[in-house]
Amino acid sequence: MISELLFMNGYAVYVLSAFSFTLLSFLGLYLVTKMQFVKEQKKFVAKFGTLTTEQANSAKSQRINKEILANALNN
Amino acid sequence: MFKLFEPNKIFKITSKAPKYVLFLFIVVLTVGLVEALVISPEDYKQSDAVRIMYVHVPAAWISLGIFSSITLLSICGFVFRNKNFFLISKSLAPSGFVFNIIALVTGSIWGKPTWGTWWAWDARITSMLILTLFYAMYLIAWRIYDKEEKVYKISTFISILGIINVPIIKYSVDWWNTLHQPASINILSKSSIHSSMLYPLLIMTAAFALFSLLIFLMKYNTELIKIKNKGLDRL
Repeated sequence: MISELLFMNGYAVYVLSAFSFTLLSFLGLYLVTKMQFVKEQKKFVAKFGTLTTEQANSAKSQRINKEILANALNN
Repeated sequence: MFKLFEPNKIFKITSKAPKYVLFLFIVVLTVGLVEALVISPEDYKQSDAVRIMYVHVPAAWISLGIFSSITLLSICGFVFRNKNFFLISKSLAPSGFVFNIIALVTGSIWGKPTWGTWWAWDARITSMLILTLFYAMYLIAWRIYDKEEKVYKISTFISILGIINVPIIKYSVDWWNTLHQPASINILSKSSIHSSMLYPLLIMTAAFALFSLLIFLMKYNTELIKIKNKGLDRL
């Protein structure tokens, strides 16, 4: 049964290459998007570190900034 | 009404959602792969080559759906003067583009055993290739223009031009003699595809839709952090 499944009546090379291309494209897009996200998150944390106390307090008044920092620390 | 969808308010949800969507995507994809590669029957004419349909068709559907959404959201951005629509459109584009490429490449692989050729300039394939060019132009526009107003106008213009191609893709198999068969699945009337093939196709479509949602959420969060990074520069 396994050999039948892998042979696919002679079409395995086409079927498996189509599925492999799809899954590799998924993996590639996921990794690129994840890398971009982590890069921006790191940039945000680094910039936040350079702020004065007054500027940091002002930035923290926005809930979204606090969320980004919290998420960056959790990852 | 749109205040509910402001980035500041929805970031809490969009930042936490990706891990749950990723988990769901892996589960649905696993079920879909088993259905598509093992359980579903072979076709009486195409034999096992028909299994390529389970990646080719969902990729084409989602790529068309995303481009239509991009156009609609871009127009809404101008009508309601809301930047968030443009941000959502921009975040949808990368997955739409990749699905478009997947549809073309897997279609080409499917073409070899069924038609005896990797490529043919038939109406459906050519119009899908044109859609790839519109996706590429849309993505390039966001990369090369810095001024917000300019990039909103140009990207919307590209998406409106590109949407003309979407009905051409859909009806190309009816309007011209092409290598592609007419649609087997109809929402309004009875589909000509058997349920043993329809269900795996729908499961794979659900998996692909979840993947595009995952990429959209990650990209949207990245764009929001980019905006906040610029905000820190101004402090």
